[in-house]
Amino acid sequence: MSFINYSSREINCKIVFYGPGLCGKTTNLQWIYKKTNPDSKGKMISLATETERTLFFDFLPLALGEIRGFKTRFHLYTVPGQVFYDASRKLILKGVDGVVFVADSQIERMEANIESVENLRINLAEQGYDLDKVPYVIQYNKRDLPNVVPLEEMRRALNPRGVPDYEACATDGTGVFDTLKAIAKLVIMELKKGQEGG
Amino acid sequence: MLGSDLVMYDEEFKQIDAELQRLLAQANAKVVFLVDKNGQLIAATGETENLDTTSLASLTAGNIAATGGMAKLLGEKEFSILFHEGQRDNIHISIIGQRVILVVIFDQRSSLGLVRLRVKKSAELLGNIFNQLLEKVEAEKGSGKGGDSPFAEITDEDIDKLFG
Ligand SMILES: Nc1nc2c(ncn2[C@@H]2O[C@H](COP(=O)(O)OP(=O)(O)OP(=O)(O)O)[C@@H](O)[C@H]2O)c(=O)[nH]1
Ligand SMILES: [Mg+2]
Repeated sequence: MSFINYSSREINCKIVFYGPGLCGKTTNLQWIYKKTNPDSKGKMISLATETERTLFFDFLPLALGEIRGFKTRFHLYTVPGQVFYDASRKLILKGVDGVVFVADSQIERMEANIESVENLRINLAEQGYDLDKVPYVIQYNKRDLPNVVPLEEMRRALNPRGVPDYEACATDGTGVFDTLKAIAKLVIMELKKGQEGG
Repeated sequence: MLGSDLVMYDEEFKQIDAELQRLLAQANAKVVFLVDKNGQLIAATGETENLDTTSLASLTAGNIAATGGMAKLLGEKEFSILFHEGQRDNIHISIIGQRVILVVIFDQRSSLGLVRLRVKKSAELLGNIFNQLLEKVEAEKGSGKGGDSPFAEITDEDIDKLFG
């Protein structure tokens, strides 16, 4: 649910990073924060436990520049990945314009990935969204680790719809901006569609 | 398309801004702002220079969302007013017309009683403005008017440029 302000000429969109616990959602936002120049980002807010697990959400506002004279802002959120925080995840999905699914490429996390996609589908449906219709991209994170599932296998398991997907290593930034760019593009294209539809 | 987008026009924006300014003065408040339930800041007035209103907006929405979740578990529809008391500043948060959140920050120059009273009055007025806005948005949609939309003409190039 974007916010289009004709008075201040601004467009705000909400993007949510979803995925199982410890897959690297917060790390994605931290990288984006680190690499964006100071005047185009706001403060990053992390509501986390003492052990740095996300408790409620991370929030990073990004001003990307102008499209046709409108300032374009993206509000990036992460959900808490741990299974028992499901109530919080639902709240954060409210009003979402685009979803990034961050998968943990390690063999032992494959089941957690699949469960998390299922959980995403259910929670979106509760808000009246269909995972097969929302702007959606997938990131296969932690490709730097030795025990990863082959790319093709991950694709088969997590990306049957064939949405844009990227290999990443969020700790050194590989693939992070590719992922962000892809979801931003899909979200803006969706806005365009919405307007044309009338 | 996902839900209905929030759209703001110049006319309503000015009305909202004027009402927030009046509330600010009448409630003797430091800051007054309006947030969409999804965390987007709609308008702010008062001593906002040293205030991170974007972050405040997001956290306010998170706060309301969390209390809304608690309300549901208790079988309440929602808790429509929240109040946080600090050493110096206090925050009064209320939901207007189920969709927007009105936040008033005040210190010892005002009081909870006064803020409550003034908020109640403004809430009605603001509610009306938002209803008017929604009707307008619906009407524009109905007329199939997308002509002056900034998006209709967007190209891949425009989007690539965003990332420099
Ligand atoms: N090797 C490696 N480690 C990573 C990568 N991305 C994240 N990590 C590490 O994985 C751990 C968890 O990362 P977070 O970003 O906190 O995970 P999260 O998805 O936010 O976890 P929750 O908040 O619990 O949902 C941290 O120690 C990160 O440094 C990666 O690409 N490679
Ligand atoms: Mg996290």
